[in-house]
Amino acid sequence: MNLHAQNTLTEAETALVNGYSSRFSDLPGDADVTVRRDEALELLKQGLPTRRVEAWHYTDLRRLLSVVPDFKPVSNAEAVAPLIDNALVLPVLNGTAHGREAGPEGLTVATLADKLQEGALPAEWLTASDRFDAVGAINAAFVSDGYWLDIAEGAELDRPIELQNIHAGGQVHGRFVVNAGAGSKATIIERQTGAGDALASSVTHLDVADGAHVFWILLQEQPDDAAYLGQFTASLGRDSTLTLFILNSGGKLVRQEVKVEARGEGSEFKLRGVNLLGGETHCDVTMVLDHLAPDTVSTETFRNVVTGKANGVFQGQIRVAKIAQKTDAKMACNTLLLSDEGGFSSKPELEIFADDVACGHGATVTDIEEDHLFYLMARGIDEKTARGLLVKAFVAEVIEELEDETVIEALEARLVDWFAEHG
Amino acid sequence: MLEIKNLHARIAEDGTEIIRGLNLSVKAGEVAAIMGPNGSGKSTLSYILAGRDDYEVTEGEILYNGESILEMDPAERAAAGIFLAFQYPLEIPGVATMEFLKTAINAQRKARGEEELKIPEMLKRVRTAADELEMSMDMLKRPLNVGFSGGEKKRAEILQMKLLEPKLCVLDETDSGLDIDALKIVADGVNALRSPDRAVLVITHYQRLLDYIVPDTVHVLYRGQVIKSGDKNLALELEKNGYAGVIDAAA
Repeated sequence: MNLHAQNTLTEAETALVNGYSSRFSDLPGDADVTVRRDEALELLKQGLPTRRVEAWHYTDLRRLLSVVPDFKPVSNAEAVAPLIDNALVLPVLNGTAHGREAGPEGLTVATLADKLQEGALPAEWLTASDRFDAVGAINAAFVSDGYWLDIAEGAELDRPIELQNIHAGGQVHGRFVVNAGAGSKATIIERQTGAGDALASSVTHLDVADGAHVFWILLQEQPDDAAYLGQFTASLGRDSTLTLFILNSGGKLVRQEVKVEARGEGSEFKLRGVNLLGGETHCDVTMVLDHLAPDTVSTETFRNVVTGKANGVFQGQIRVAKIAQKTDAKMACNTLLLSDEGGFSSKPELEIFADDVACGHGATVTDIEEDHLFYLMARGIDEKTARGLLVKAFVAEVIEELEDETVIEALEARLVDWFAEHG
Repeated sequence: MLEIKNLHARIAEDGTEIIRGLNLSVKAGEVAAIMGPNGSGKSTLSYILAGRDDYEVTEGEILYNGESILEMDPAERAAAGIFLAFQYPLEIPGVATMEFLKTAINAQRKARGEEELKIPEMLKRVRTAADELEMSMDMLKRPLNVGFSGGEKKRAEILQMKLLEPKLCVLDETDSGLDIDALKIVADGVNALRSPDRAVLVITHYQRLLDYIVPDTVHVLYRGQVIKSGDKNLALELEKNGYAGVIDAAA
């Protein structure tokens, strides 16, 4: 997988390659799946990507993921309380799907293990997109379970669905497939968390069919000693909308990839993200968005707070195909840097092949506005509290423009928790 | 209540001296007007009283109830009862107005060793104060001052002042940007706060505001010094003859 062949594999690479032979017999899948897993393993044998690979320039995976834990969990994992009270919780605990509860009308739930066994997963989904697709390859080789959700045409789910990928140490590799049928409407929450030293990977395939509307909330709250590799892929049909909200607050090493194809005319993608980075976190959000049809709209806004020795990355690539005239794309990445030892790298990339489009991007790195701080303190609010209010305000702006009051309140409560711990 | 003695202060960044030996004394119960031409140091004085660290006091003393406030940070001064109504109140996106009010009121109560206000009591007080200033509660659902007109911002400052019940109110050009109706409402708000244990420092460029908030004393500030003091008639004289005469007489 490395540009330059590695003569010797790192400890982590060796553990992954050797782990495969011992894990293999426990992993679900028909003969086709086995072929895909073997192919993914071949990629891993070439080593993990380094900073010499452009897509990994700010996240040298080979160096940062130098060791991986054993596959076995340390203890039993338990589902966590849902973000929204009435959500249908579908947990994957230590790599095994446990949800059996009946869902709302219009929703069909299957486990990914069953689908792998049936050979239902399209072959290309278990194939790394290129030889540097480390997240795809690791997940393809080791994926054990997850959920497959079908939302019927025209169904409007009356309660949110919460997918949980929870570990208790060790390694978990999960996958979620969600097909939102034409004209359907759903709110889906994805939780990535656990306890202890872990390597967690998760790949999502979301298909938003014509006229469907999906609001997806991804909460990555890994413990401080866990590595998390995520890949969210979505395809948008005609006049469909997808709002993806990502909250990253935790993890030692985090790479969240977002790959979206606006393939239907008039489709709209909104990406909103908040990265709360503290301690020694390295958190990388890498987005590739393809505008493949005319009149597609996208907006991407990230707000980042960096404290301690944390390091953040946002790579946002927007590609506008020649046919995708009248594309309107706006990307912004704003960082509040509260520590001299922390850092944030932002790399916007626009590749535009159409000639009638409006595309823009902007990135800022700031400290707290002294004027604002003075104003709050002049009202008797002590400096620490005033700073806390302003930091929260900086990220709350992104949350408050979401349209669901319940979600806004729940997310703001997460912010308060994080600031209580890191403020 | 407030005693400023031979105050010298400069802009911290470039050392420009703005306040050059200012003396001023304001008693409890008094409404004192500070007037002066542009650039005389009026706003600087208000910021220094509130504790903004863009300015450095190089000499002199500010005593509030007999004690120096120079070592206190803005929050401590506010908790001690000093309130600055800003000339340009800041818009702070993302900070909900109600949350801000609750945090500020309770921070001050806590600093004074009082019990925190419960939400229903807080809401009641806010509603009463907002009614008196003819502000809608809907406005207070917005982020702090965001999207408020100039006049609405000034009213919001007075609202905060009513709720925080300070002992020394400093109003920095509160009349600027107000139409006559808003000016009356704001002035009524200030007048309602007049009391024997509270002092008000009205900083203004024009006499107009003083028709509505009638001062006990008027002080003319020029080049960082009080060059003349008098009663309310001094303001009328300035309105009629401009600052030139007073300045020439002092020179």
